[in-house]
Amino acid sequence: MSTFTPGPVPPADEVTAGWWEATGEHRLTVQACGCGHAQHPPRALCTACGATDRLDLAPAAGVAVVDTFTVVHRAPRPDLPTPYVVARVRLPEGPVLLTRLEGADPGSWRIGDPVAVAWQDLDDGRALPYFVPTTPDQHTREA
Amino acid sequence: MSGVAIVGAAECDLGVTGRSILGLQTQAITRALADAGLTLADVDGIATTGVSRFSATQVADYLGIEPTWTDSTFAGGSAFEMFVARAAQAIEARQASVVVISFASNQRSAASRRLGGVFEPWVPEAQFEEPYDPLYPLSYYAMAAQTYLHRYGRTHAELAEVAIAAREWALLNPAAFRYGKGSLSVDDVVGATPISTPLTAADCCLVTDGGGAVVLTSAERARDLAKAPVSVLGYGERTTNTSFASVDDPTVTGAVGSAADAFERAGITVDDIDVAQVYDSFTITVALTLEALGFCKPGEALDLVAGGTIRPGGSLPLNTSGGGLSYCHPGQFGVLLLVEAVRQLRGEAGDRQVPGAEVAVAHGTGGILSTHATVVLGRAR
Repeated sequence: MSTFTPGPVPPADEVTAGWWEATGEHRLTVQACGCGHAQHPPRALCTACGATDRLDLAPAAGVAVVDTFTVVHRAPRPDLPTPYVVARVRLPEGPVLLTRLEGADPGSWRIGDPVAVAWQDLDDGRALPYFVPTTPDQHTREA
Repeated sequence: MSGVAIVGAAECDLGVTGRSILGLQTQAITRALADAGLTLADVDGIATTGVSRFSATQVADYLGIEPTWTDSTFAGGSAFEMFVARAAQAIEARQASVVVISFASNQRSAASRRLGGVFEPWVPEAQFEEPYDPLYPLSYYAMAAQTYLHRYGRTHAELAEVAIAAREWALLNPAAFRYGKGSLSVDDVVGATPISTPLTAADCCLVTDGGGAVVLTSAERARDLAKAPVSVLGYGERTTNTSFASVDDPTVTGAVGSAADAFERAGITVDDIDVAQVYDSFTITVALTLEALGFCKPGEALDLVAGGTIRPGGSLPLNTSGGGLSYCHPGQFGVLLLVEAVRQLRGEAGDRQVPGAEVAVAHGTGGILSTHATVVLGRAR
């Protein structure tokens, strides 16, 4: 399912390489610390305990809940179709991600909607996660 | 309370000027110095941003002075309230004796504003957020508004009062971009072009040229200058986020701590404030900041502003210039919050003067609710 054209995605760096590598296999991960904290995006240290040496990438379940969203009606770059939905989604693992919501009428989204990860493949072997309705039926309600 | 005062304040040309950034900066600085009865020869401190990578250095070179103190902190619209704190500290420490805080932009004439913001490919947001094309900063405020209206069961029509009240003030200010443009209705705001829902074009600040400057010196020296000094009573700041996703609840901002620190330093409570200048990049910014400053509890800002409270003649005179929504927004509005606060405390605000204003608060907000800085000013006795 290819539903949107992402803006330019800069190359990974030494801290984020593992996260992006997993996206190529359509695996969503979060960075987890030995102290129990989970964070996104991956950083060179744990923002909870400060450790730099016990951070690993852990698999995420691939589901989330819509924390908040906005329907964008004016494109920031040429040739980008509108409207589209930008959202914050909250993972059960803890972190909040900025993402796109696709697969439903833009006017039908509500805070609290359950969503599941989907993938937009990039030309360089990586993929960009976005989210779609877990249960498409919920979006048949009136916008 | 500090031993420092604001002794000069001025705007540069506003609106659509066709002028250069440094041309406008020069207007702002020379007019503010003239207002104070000082000259460039008196200035040994420069705080500015938005000129170039070396903003304060650039302005110092352009003016032909070699300051003993500069600050070019880049913190979006709140930088100027932060500069007041730093300038007060520099003056009290005797590193500088006369500091000019200035800003100017020609963004409307130069058509230099971009909806997506500035792309810096080395920051994490470039990898993890910008590929989704949020409008920067607009979509963050839109999502905060979405959360706010949802959580408290409020409506966009109620939020519109912030823009409607700003327009009423602008109709009293001949310098305002929307002066003479008539009142706004709820339908004008809610029915305007949608940009990033729930916010429409009428929920968003202007995009204009403009800027201003304020001049600070010691309270002792201030007594001998041209105008009645305005005392720097207190200040505070908080810095929270660059990411769209790192703040757990976007409706609770760093302004809470910033304001609490400023009020404590000033020895005041929110009830002592006669006039408030609160950054209004968007209507929602005002609602969240009024709550953070303590004018009401979380979730109650739209009750507070209903019924004309923040309009001319209301019990909480707010953004008396017309604000970023209807007066001027040159990209970083914070310096003009200070200029209007000074004019109100001096009794120079003409048709929009708040009678007997003795204590003013100016609160700046930068980025995506990223930086927050509060300044409490008072008429010197």
